[in-house]
Amino acid sequence: MEYFLTEEQKTVKSLARRIAEERILPVRAELDETEEFPWAIMKDLADADMFRVFVPEEYEGLGGGCLELCLVVEELSRVCGAVATCYAVNALGCFTLIDYGTEEQKRKYLPDIAGGKKLTAFAVTEPTAGSDVSAIKTTAEKVEGGYVLNGTKQFITNGGEAEIYTVIALTDKARGVRGASAILVEKDTPGFSFGKKEKKMGIRASATRELIFRNCFVPEENLVAKPGMGFLLTMKLFDHSRPGIGAQAVGIAQGALEAAVDYTRQRIQFGQPLISLPVVQDILGEMATQVEAARALVYAAARMVDSGAKKVTEESAMAKVFASDVAMKVTTDAVQICGGTGYMRDFPLEKMMRDAKITQIYEGSNQILRNAIAIELRKRKARTE
Amino acid sequence: MNVIVCLKQVPGTAQVKIDPETNTLIREGIENVINPFDTYALEEGVRLKERFGGKVTAMSMGPPQAEGALREAVSLGADEAILLSDKAFAGADTWATAYTLASAVNKLGQYDIIICGRQTLDGDTGQVGPELSEMLEVPFVAYVSRIEEIADGQMRVQRMVEEGHEVIEAPLPTVITVVKEINVPRLPSLRGIVKSKSAVIPVWTVPDLGVDQNKVGLAGSFTKVIKVFFPQRVCQGEIFQGELGNQVECLMGKLKDAGLV
Repeated sequence: MEYFLTEEQKTVKSLARRIAEERILPVRAELDETEEFPWAIMKDLADADMFRVFVPEEYEGLGGGCLELCLVVEELSRVCGAVATCYAVNALGCFTLIDYGTEEQKRKYLPDIAGGKKLTAFAVTEPTAGSDVSAIKTTAEKVEGGYVLNGTKQFITNGGEAEIYTVIALTDKARGVRGASAILVEKDTPGFSFGKKEKKMGIRASATRELIFRNCFVPEENLVAKPGMGFLLTMKLFDHSRPGIGAQAVGIAQGALEAAVDYTRQRIQFGQPLISLPVVQDILGEMATQVEAARALVYAAARMVDSGAKKVTEESAMAKVFASDVAMKVTTDAVQICGGTGYMRDFPLEKMMRDAKITQIYEGSNQILRNAIAIELRKRKARTE
Repeated sequence: MNVIVCLKQVPGTAQVKIDPETNTLIREGIENVINPFDTYALEEGVRLKERFGGKVTAMSMGPPQAEGALREAVSLGADEAILLSDKAFAGADTWATAYTLASAVNKLGQYDIIICGRQTLDGDTGQVGPELSEMLEVPFVAYVSRIEEIADGQMRVQRMVEEGHEVIEAPLPTVITVVKEINVPRLPSLRGIVKSKSAVIPVWTVPDLGVDQNKVGLAGSFTKVIKVFFPQRVCQGEIFQGELGNQVECLMGKLKDAGLV
């Protein structure tokens, strides 16, 4: 399908593909086995300017937007969903800073982020607050010259590997969710430590850890936007980042589709290649259609985000929900038509199937996002009555 | 640290054709790449710049389309690129090539190190690097696998020889050729690609270099390729079966028939 990308966008996409095929593909299976954080590939991505893609030009970025980010994430995910996660979460970790940070904050952090010298992470989830973000308990008590953080964040992607964390904590417990604020915390801040590294089903080369704050003092200037805006910023952030998860899902699905086509062309059964069997053609045709539909929706949502549209909750949720369900279905079907080979760990499809699952879960489970879409439908109807 | 990297554009495919008139490679109409060995030379040059400052100039002699290889060199970190291109340069052997490159290096002026790949994928001679150093009257080290140190106008390098490694010191400026063990070339960067698209790549011709037209290209070549051919397999081995005595008998019979004993 022709998506009328600009020359620059085509360059970004093709270079990301080259990195994925030349640098990630040879180590993909090993990374999945060892669960080691892919530092060497992060360096390759940094050297190729991939972290500059989503940072404004004033701060040594290339000034791309959500679509450019999606193009990179899609290409990396086509080869390895785990490496794509390690990369993509940096955008999540700095979008709030880019959109709401002060000039000083941006000057201080963004050039290093753009150069890939420092990775970032975003921390809102807690043991008692997943889909119910309003249930967070981590506090950031106002003291002379800054804030003192106490509490635990859970399942934080890039936790322990990133240098810069955007943490959502309650600066005013009494006001509940309206008392949450976004605070930048650097890795070596006293009182800030990491819990165990989680053992995951998929995206195993990515790092997921607890963040533990025990009387962790951060200076006043690390507050992003005004106190009490944390919840709103989080919702806006996810509205802008969800097409990226959609792109990850599209990439994983695309990789699975290609692997399935390759295998079914070679595998001879009943005297002919599997791909000649109508039952297999039916499945492959459906897979390809689903992947293309998901891609079209993701790109459209990303372009809407980049247009500066005020409200993109529905569209970005739709892109994420649809694409991630497609990824799960396509990878499952790919394993199915490749049969015993598809199920083996020497073949890439079972990993893709495991990697696909997370896209239905993180940055808003698909169920909570369908709720969000329905709420928008109800609101719109109510406005017209 | 001013580094000059000499590189060549070569056919990116195994299906090369030979011009029956000149017995040289037909370079038109096929996909071209930077000679793989030269990518290590370029990477090492860029690394030296990153370590010591200065600049990297990529240089290539070739037809107009060799500009593509130089643009790629810029996307990979070269600061400047110069194309040596003139109809008179065509058909050059290694001597004429080295002479043309040396003239361009002299025109360029001050430099510390010239890095070349160990050989090209197409010509395969491995001679241009050493010839270049002779013409420039500077030291030469072949098959460098590691640059250990550069200080006080001296460089210490490790070079690969059949029996192992040699450590060699040479005063700057020096010409070296590198082997693929020296580094892992980087991929282009997005900023590099943007820069390479708008890079101005000057083309130096015979008048620009002020060289004698009879010393360049086919006219200036001491060697001429007379014929290029695939060696034909003329005889096949034969294995005698059976008992040893029989085998010896068969062998002796054959040798006698051939009039060899």
